[in-house]
Amino acid sequence: MEFLNSFILITNYIIIPGLTYGSQLALGALGITIVYTVLRFSNFAHGEFMSFGTMSTILLTWLFIDSNIKFGTFPTAIIVLPFSIIFTIIYCLLVDKFVFKFYRQQKSKSVIALIVSIGVMFFTGGLIRFIIGPGDKNFMDGERFILKAKDFKMLTGLDEGLTIKSTQGVTIILTILLVIILFWFLNKTKTGKSMRAYSDNQELALLSGINPERIVLITWIITGTLACVAGTLYGLDKSYKPFTYLHLVLPIFAAAIVGGVGNPIGAIIGGFVISFSELLITFAYKKFFFYILPDNFLPDGLLQILSTDYKIAVSFIILVLVLLIKPTGIYKGKIIE
Amino acid sequence: MYLLHGKNITCGYDTVDILSECTVGVKKGEIASIVGPNGAGKSTAMKSIFGLLKIRLGKIFLDNEDITNLLPQERVLKGMGYVPQTNNIFPTLSVQENLEMGAFIQHEDFSDILDYVYDLFPVLKEKRNQQAGELSGGQRQQVAVGRALMTKPKVLMLDEPSAGVSPIVMESLFQKIIEIAQQGTAVLMVEQNAKQALEISDLGFVLNQGKNLYTDTGKALLSNKEVRQAFLGG
Repeated sequence: MEFLNSFILITNYIIIPGLTYGSQLALGALGITIVYTVLRFSNFAHGEFMSFGTMSTILLTWLFIDSNIKFGTFPTAIIVLPFSIIFTIIYCLLVDKFVFKFYRQQKSKSVIALIVSIGVMFFTGGLIRFIIGPGDKNFMDGERFILKAKDFKMLTGLDEGLTIKSTQGVTIILTILLVIILFWFLNKTKTGKSMRAYSDNQELALLSGINPERIVLITWIITGTLACVAGTLYGLDKSYKPFTYLHLVLPIFAAAIVGGVGNPIGAIIGGFVISFSELLITFAYKKFFFYILPDNFLPDGLLQILSTDYKIAVSFIILVLVLLIKPTGIYKGKIIE
Repeated sequence: MYLLHGKNITCGYDTVDILSECTVGVKKGEIASIVGPNGAGKSTAMKSIFGLLKIRLGKIFLDNEDITNLLPQERVLKGMGYVPQTNNIFPTLSVQENLEMGAFIQHEDFSDILDYVYDLFPVLKEKRNQQAGELSGGQRQQVAVGRALMTKPKVLMLDEPSAGVSPIVMESLFQKIIEIAQQGTAVLMVEQNAKQALEISDLGFVLNQGKNLYTDTGKALLSNKEVRQAFLGG
């Protein structure tokens, strides 16, 4: 019983939140990876693209709620997602047309494009705060829980409760779905293969008759979709505040690099590595040991390795370690320039 | 009559002409080699014929059609296949995907050509699901040649096919080139290993400093004393 209780505790506070946060990071890191491999620059504006997607979702959600369009207990945000994805894609394409395209045609070094993307990041952040304001927005409606702690306790008779929020369920399911579609597209369709070919060897892709403008278009469609979904899921799960997305780009980059830059599978693995290490290091283990240790062995402290304030630092320590020990990342990737 | 004919080509980079009034060509079902010392303009000739380099003067004909102003992709559609000297494969794509990309521009079903390439290079069929970048140098060249063959070209252009492979591999690669020519595809190639290349060539072009020095059959060039002394090492 005690062992089961401690297991439920870990599931409730580490495994489920870790899978959720990891999925959000993985989707974000995938977006960065796609841009990095195809367009060959590190897109620091990706966090703000996610923010833009979330903002679109929130505005549409308000619109739907105001017009009294409801979908039972299902979160409205998920229903409007296809529309906000379209808005995000349009924004990405506009940014590409007016900013990135110029540097691509100049054949600028990737570090220049990186700096440009930081400019785009600040611009987008400003635009978003101008439209929706800098404050906290909660846009989750409908049923909040798939499984409530009370019900779980009643059902199993355990002391420890297990909660699964609907946002967590939705995040994990949507992530699995998106990742399957993305990998199917990249590995099985002619267009997806031509995208990989273009990222492998641009010259030869041109000689093979692959149209680079089409590849760029598809890249932004994928990036916009991933950014919008990742941002919305993160906002639903936590709450939406434009400034948090400015910080979010950091663990996402860490995830993309830790997993192996330029490798989609690596981006996913990296997302979970970052999320679980953040949680495992900042979790207070006192209650866990309360279940498994004899009463008088329990120490007084919280048994927390680092305070949650150091969350971001954890991802960066991992990033630095990976770059020092295995610069290609966990899963064979390119060495970042 | 040449199938592919670069006539009096003058071209170069910026203001410096690398080639001046250089003529090369290949007939249907034959092998032609462009040989010469380093810096003779062999690769430049290939690039200009394929349209990767704009030519200043001269004309390029394929099957009597003037293709001088076509883009490289358009030349692929007209029936030219080109294998660059370096970076000629997609390293993270599988062997099969590399070949599929060769046929990207085609809209018809290409399974019969795929079978033809696999018959020509059985080792590629064996390793079709492996990443092309993980193969050996010789196998990578086979992927590169196979990729170019996927559009069923009338003319296959090879830029230094034997670069970076061992002599044994080179020999088998040349054997494959003979087979390709026998199937009706003309082969125009640039080779550093002039002697071996001329041995299998119907026609040879000896270039020096961007000009045609000798043009003759492979055999005749091999027995030409001056060519042997100057370019074939005695």
